[in-house]
Order: sequence, then structure tokens, then C-alpha cells
Amino acid sequence: MGLAYKFDWSVLWRQPYGMWLLKGLGLTIVIGLSAWVIALSLGIVIGTLRVTQYRLVRFVSTTYVEVFRNIPLIVQLFFWYYAGPMLFGETLSREINHISGLNFYVAIIGLGLYTSSRIAEHMRAGFASIGRDQYQAVLSTGMTRVQMYRYVIIPYALRLIIPPITTEFLTIFKNTSVAMTIGVAELTFQSYQIDAETFHGLEATTGAMIIYLFLGLGVVKFMGLIESRVRIRGLVGR
Amino acid sequence: MFDAVWGNLSYLMGGLWVTAKLAFFALTGGIFLGILVGLARISKRKWIYYPITIYVNFLRNIPLILVIFWFYFVMPIIIGRSIDPFPSAVVSFIVFEATYFGEIFRAGYQTISTDLVNASYSTGMTYFKTARYITVPIAFRRMLPSLITQSIVTFQDTSLAFVIGLPEFVRRASIVDNLEVASIQLFGFVGIVFFIICFIGSRISRHYEEKGRKANIL
Repeated sequence: MGLAYKFDWSVLWRQPYGMWLLKGLGLTIVIGLSAWVIALSLGIVIGTLRVTQYRLVRFVSTTYVEVFRNIPLIVQLFFWYYAGPMLFGETLSREINHISGLNFYVAIIGLGLYTSSRIAEHMRAGFASIGRDQYQAVLSTGMTRVQMYRYVIIPYALRLIIPPITTEFLTIFKNTSVAMTIGVAELTFQSYQIDAETFHGLEATTGAMIIYLFLGLGVVKFMGLIESRVRIRGLVGR
Repeated sequence: MFDAVWGNLSYLMGGLWVTAKLAFFALTGGIFLGILVGLARISKRKWIYYPITIYVNFLRNIPLILVIFWFYFVMPIIIGRSIDPFPSAVVSFIVFEATYFGEIFRAGYQTISTDLVNASYSTGMTYFKTARYITVPIAFRRMLPSLITQSIVTFQDTSLAFVIGLPEFVRRASIVDNLEVASIQLFGFVGIVFFIICFIGSRISRHYEEKGRKANIL
């Protein structure tokens, strides 16, 4: 140890800093969950569109996935936050910029769109692992294609892809930290803020790491419960 | 249309160069450390296996931004003086990405069956010949698509060094944007550049995946 650094772990609970971390955690959870709702619903729809028989629909949904996957999340958030309002024209953009907590909504929407492209990819893999004969069996019962996807294929695929979906659910909470770059006061932002006030960023970020770790453990536990509930009986190794 | 971009092109491209350098160090270091981490993760020695497993599982549950901050705070304490963002970012990326590369290598090692190794021994090959001609080439071809994909992810991740003030591509674009207020074209441009590079990378990855599937080794 070179510098005579004096650790002060009390920044983790001393007021107001303890409260900052707690508030940050609250925001992290709210943003993560809200973005998850967008990501899951949009991801299922787009993942399904990627396997339809219409070439144009396939092309559009594939482009969507490629665009959102191949651009870093931070760039996407910057684009939506700084350039997004301008896309609506001058008068409307001024209105939008006056919305209080705009960065909070941008973070949710941006993170939701980003994650939806990844879920769409997993959906596609799920569809691919369902045998051809399944599709034919469903169609032979007289269901239409839409009914087939709605009642059989999508629920089946979702149950198959729970492990990668769990990873995505974990990742979405980690990715909420990128929202700090557009000024959202989530957990990482708050730990950095404590450094700005006390110069004890090391303790604050270490504390935040532990909090993320417990958040992750909670997510894994929760998804484990879901998985055991919807498990497809008779499949090996699940 | 892209006047704010053209007017500052050399400054922006300088940022892309910083991004490329950071990605290069992060990948070389991350893959090298990842090979060792992967070996440790299949080790039968408990004193190697457990610490490395804890390291991997710990870091994989933490946001990269936080890891970048943490190293930025801890490095001055270790080396005794303040540190530039670049070396600090390099260290955090190597330590962080090695956990992801390590898992890819572990999975790759584990796909080699003992039957294959025994078959190779039975033809009279030595341990090193087996490694040189059989196991390492096969494992490498199996891992290649995931390695390329993770490299693309690492390349995208470098943009997060923004948070400690490293003047890489994204930070330079936002500096220019503060002066010129041309967010659509600037961040649009950054997005397009990232897209082109990463899209080509993902096609290459898919190419090797198809190739591996055809050769029946995946």
C-alpha cells in the first residue's frame, strides 16, 4: 500500500450516504423491472416475427435485432436521450425536454428495447429446438397459424429458454448501471456520488458490488422457483 | 447533413483509435488470463478451483461500470500515486473479461471426451502430439464462434470507459455534441460505426459456426 489510505466503511451506513445507496437500489430495481416488461413482451413478438413465412416481416424483425445488438447500450441511451426528442421536430422536442425525469423514462425504454433484441434471439433458438412434427401436429388439429403460436409454440419455447432468459434477467439489472451516464441516480451513480462527497469511493463501490451480488442471488432464486413450476416433465437435464 | 461529423472527423477518429487500442489490450490480456482461468475452473486441486470459481462468479454478477470505478479508486492506493484512466481501464477490462473468456475456455476444454484422447494415445501419439494435433485444434474450432462473439461484446464494452473520462469514441462524440449540439448526427454516426464493425464481426462468427456444423464438430 503506497498512499496512506484510511478506510472509512461508515460511508455505507452513515447518513445521508446510507440512504443514497438504498434509494439507488430502489431505482435500480424499478428501472430493471420496468425495462424487463418491455423487453419480454417486445422480445417475444419480434422473436416470433423472425420465423414467420413473410419475407418482408422477417427482414424487418431481423434488422431490428441486428441494429439493437450491434450498438453499445451507452450509445443507444445517448441517442434516445439527446437526439430522441429532436426526432419529433422542434416544437414537440421542447415539450419533451420539459418532462421531469425524462432520463428515467429514456433509461427504461432504451434498456427495454436493447434487451428485447436479445430475448428475440433466444426465442428464435427456442423455436428452432421444437421439432417440425410438433408444428404439423398442432396444425392438423385445425388451429390457425396464429393460434398455433399463441397457444402452443410460444408457451413451449418460453419454457425451453428459461435458463438463457434467467441470464438476461440478471443482465438487465447489471445494465441499469449504464443509465448513470444520462444522469439517472441508480445504485452505481450513488456510489460514485458518495466518492465525490467523501473521497471514499472504494468503500462505496465495494458496498455497491455486494448489493448487486445479493440482488443477483435474489433473481436467481426467483427464476429457479419459476423454472421448477413451469418445467416440462420428461425432459432430461433440466 | 453530417457536417458536425465531417468538421470534427479527425478528432472523432482519434477517439475510435483509443477505443481500438483499449479493445486490443483488453482482448489480448482478457484471453490470455481467460485461458488460465478456464484451466483453473477444471482443476482438481481445490485450492486452485475454489478461489478462481469465487472470482468468476463474483465478477459475473457485477456491472462492468462498477468494476471500472472500483479499479479507478483502488489503483492509486496500490501504486501510491494517481493513475491515468487508460491503464486503469485496461486493468479493469482484463480482470472483468477474463471471467467471461474463462467460461468459454472451460466449456471448450470440457467438450473433449476422454475417448478421443484415449483413441489418440492408442495410435501411439504422445501427450504433446495429442494436444498439438487433436485436442487443441478441435477445442479451438469449437470455441471460435463464442470467442469472436465475446470479442465483439468486449469491443462494445470499451465504450463504458467513458465514465472515468477516457477520451474514447463515445466520450469524444459527446464532447463535440456539447459544443455543436448536433446529437442526431453525432450519436447516429457513432452508432453506425459500431454497427458496421460489430455486424461484420458477428457474420464472421456465424461463418465459423456454420463451418463447424458442416464439419460436424460442434
